[in-house]
Amino acid sequence: MSDFTSSFWPIFITVISLGGILGCALLLWLTGKTKVTISGGDNTSGHVWDETLREMNNPLPRWWVWMFVLTIIFALFYLAAYPGLGSYAGKLGWSEVSQYDQEVATANKALEPLYARFIAMKTEDLASDKEARAIGERLFMNNCSQCHGSDARGSRGFPNLTDHDWLYGGSPEKILETITNGRIGVMPPMGAAIGTQEDVKNVANYVLGLSGSSHDAARAGLGKEKFTVCAACHGPDGKGNQDIGSANLTDNIWLIGAGEAAIIKQINEGKTLQMPAWKDKFTPAQLKVLAAYVWGLSNK
Amino acid sequence: MNEAPAAKVAKKATLTQDVVISLYKAQDKVYPRSVSGFFTKWRWVIIWLTQVFFYGMPWVQWGHRQALLFDLEAKRFYIFNLVLYPQDLIYLTAILIISALSLFLFTAIAGRLWCGYACPQTVYTEIFLWIERKIEGDRAARMKLDSAAMSGNKLFRNASKQFVWIIFALWTGFTFVGYFTPIRELSQSVLSLSLGPWETFWICFYGFATYGNAGFMREQVCKYMCPYARFQSAMFDDDTLIVTYDEARGEPRGGRSRKVEVNSKELGSCIDCNLCVQVCPTGIDIRKGLQYECIGCGACADVCDTVMDKMGYERGLVKYSTQNAINNNWTHKQMLQRIMRPRVLIYAAILGLLVVGLLASLWFRTPFRVDVVRDRGVMARLTDDGKLENVYRLQIMNGTETTQHYKLGAAGLKGLEIEAEDRDEEKDAIFNKSVMVKPAESRWLIVDLKIPDGTVEAGSHKIQFEIQSMETKETVIENSVFLVPRQ
Repeated sequence: MSDFTSSFWPIFITVISLGGILGCALLLWLTGKTKVTISGGDNTSGHVWDETLREMNNPLPRWWVWMFVLTIIFALFYLAAYPGLGSYAGKLGWSEVSQYDQEVATANKALEPLYARFIAMKTEDLASDKEARAIGERLFMNNCSQCHGSDARGSRGFPNLTDHDWLYGGSPEKILETITNGRIGVMPPMGAAIGTQEDVKNVANYVLGLSGSSHDAARAGLGKEKFTVCAACHGPDGKGNQDIGSANLTDNIWLIGAGEAAIIKQINEGKTLQMPAWKDKFTPAQLKVLAAYVWGLSNK
Repeated sequence: MNEAPAAKVAKKATLTQDVVISLYKAQDKVYPRSVSGFFTKWRWVIIWLTQVFFYGMPWVQWGHRQALLFDLEAKRFYIFNLVLYPQDLIYLTAILIISALSLFLFTAIAGRLWCGYACPQTVYTEIFLWIERKIEGDRAARMKLDSAAMSGNKLFRNASKQFVWIIFALWTGFTFVGYFTPIRELSQSVLSLSLGPWETFWICFYGFATYGNAGFMREQVCKYMCPYARFQSAMFDDDTLIVTYDEARGEPRGGRSRKVEVNSKELGSCIDCNLCVQVCPTGIDIRKGLQYECIGCGACADVCDTVMDKMGYERGLVKYSTQNAINNNWTHKQMLQRIMRPRVLIYAAILGLLVVGLLASLWFRTPFRVDVVRDRGVMARLTDDGKLENVYRLQIMNGTETTQHYKLGAAGLKGLEIEAEDRDEEKDAIFNKSVMVKPAESRWLIVDLKIPDGTVEAGSHKIQFEIQSMETKETVIENSVFLVPRQ
């Protein structure tokens, strides 16, 4: 249970907690009666402030003392029931994590009837179901929009989900798979494999040419031969491969940056892009609703 | 300023002046005697007014709903024709500041008016005392009953008192919850015994607080728990009207035969009947001067006036007066003139300004509200058609109880285009290109702003969203920024 590596700290905490409670009880008892010398019999401490304010030596109401006693009793029961004393887990076995899990389970159970309808539906139908879409939108806003943007159109390094360009496939099943298990897309640094920096620049121009972007035709011609290194993943025609998530280089969508300089940088340095897996956070029904929402973004 | 403690004098202490005292004092039960008179009458008037408001207000309907309803679950606060959102917290702040300043003002003028006449603690104590008096009798009868051995009569009276108290307290708790959940539905749930767990808890909790505070804690709350009782002296000055005993006139006090003419003997006007102590709800003796326990209810002034009348003396031995008036023998008029002193005028001026400000801001309030949240994940991006794009989320909060359509616009940069997609709603000819928001609901809308790339220098640029309600023609302008990245 304890996050501390040293066994000293649990003991320290236990001693401080119990010692503090004991100290309070002792103080309460010892100060119950006191011997005072009444000066002049007026029951004041003798201090005078602001001309006339005198400090009285008045007793505490007894009901207030009982409240102190109650807090002490409460503290002892609390420390017995809950993890408050070092590494002692408490009689109730409560922990923050278990409470969270329990609350999530309760909430999911409460939502079950709502999602029951969705589970039976086809993804294509879910995407046009108003209720499912509203839920999907909220799930997306709270969990996906941080990277893909509120309008789902992405930004550099984070794919646009509203177009028909998919790294790993845009079928409902593939989208669900991507969300459920996440994806890690790796492009290794290829500069050395291609050859000199001149060669890299030539390949970059060839790549630009694939999508019909403005490029140096002479360099592209020289780069074509070296592109075979790239073709292993991106395919001989540069159209990419959705099974391994390699990008299509023939369209005008540049996830990591358009233009010669960006492509050269990408070839030299490579890139790893990661989409986290969401299967631990969402129930299967939620994943399905979310996948349908994402699918619906490009299939209206 | 206070009475000496009930010092438990030890056996040997008499000679040495050394005494052992208990620092924990048992509560001396106060048995306030019933009283009638000017201040008591006013006290009851205010109690009736505040309580008729408190118990009655939840039952008042406004259109199709409760006039005053704080719907915590939906986070909507209905106050007559207003629908407030949590974002309208500023109004609550203003009301709290106004309340605090009113407290300052009233305290500067006439002491603890709040405590004596309006505070729930003293008001409910007074109501519970009234019930107690009806069932167990006045002070003497109650003291006798308390000290008597248990009997059928005592049991019956105690039980019926507790019963009425608990019913009243539960009704109070029920009313309180009725401000947060519609009281008409709540009353049906009570009658059909189908209250939710939280409603049950809060009715019982508030009921228990009322029962405990007004039935048992009473003056203990004022004396030991209430912070206001302790800092009131900071708001008093020598011209503050307070309940005072006219010491010069009253002393030396003493009992006497009714035939004795006042001033003919060496005795003052105070006949030492002790009634002022007996009527006091906090159990103090006003003749010892201003004390922090005094809640300013004026019961002692009322009872003393009746005694003075019986004796044939002039009224006002205990009265509302000021320190200066007592010291300088001012007339009533002289004393009241001092109310218009700088302290009071300044409090009143600030208070007046705030009240006018609050009313004006409520009057000119646009019945909807917009929050703009710029997407942080996406700084800016180039679209396929060569435009630079920023993404925003707009939350439009409809503060009316009718469906509204809003038109969106953006300004502040050359060539700024706005693109907002309202995927959900059916369109008709009139409201095409508008956003529909249902009554008292809010909705998030995703908005893209674009400019032609390269037309604006890199950096952050101020822009404004203009949102116009097509029904009310009112416009809200919200500021935001448009980011242009360095290439």
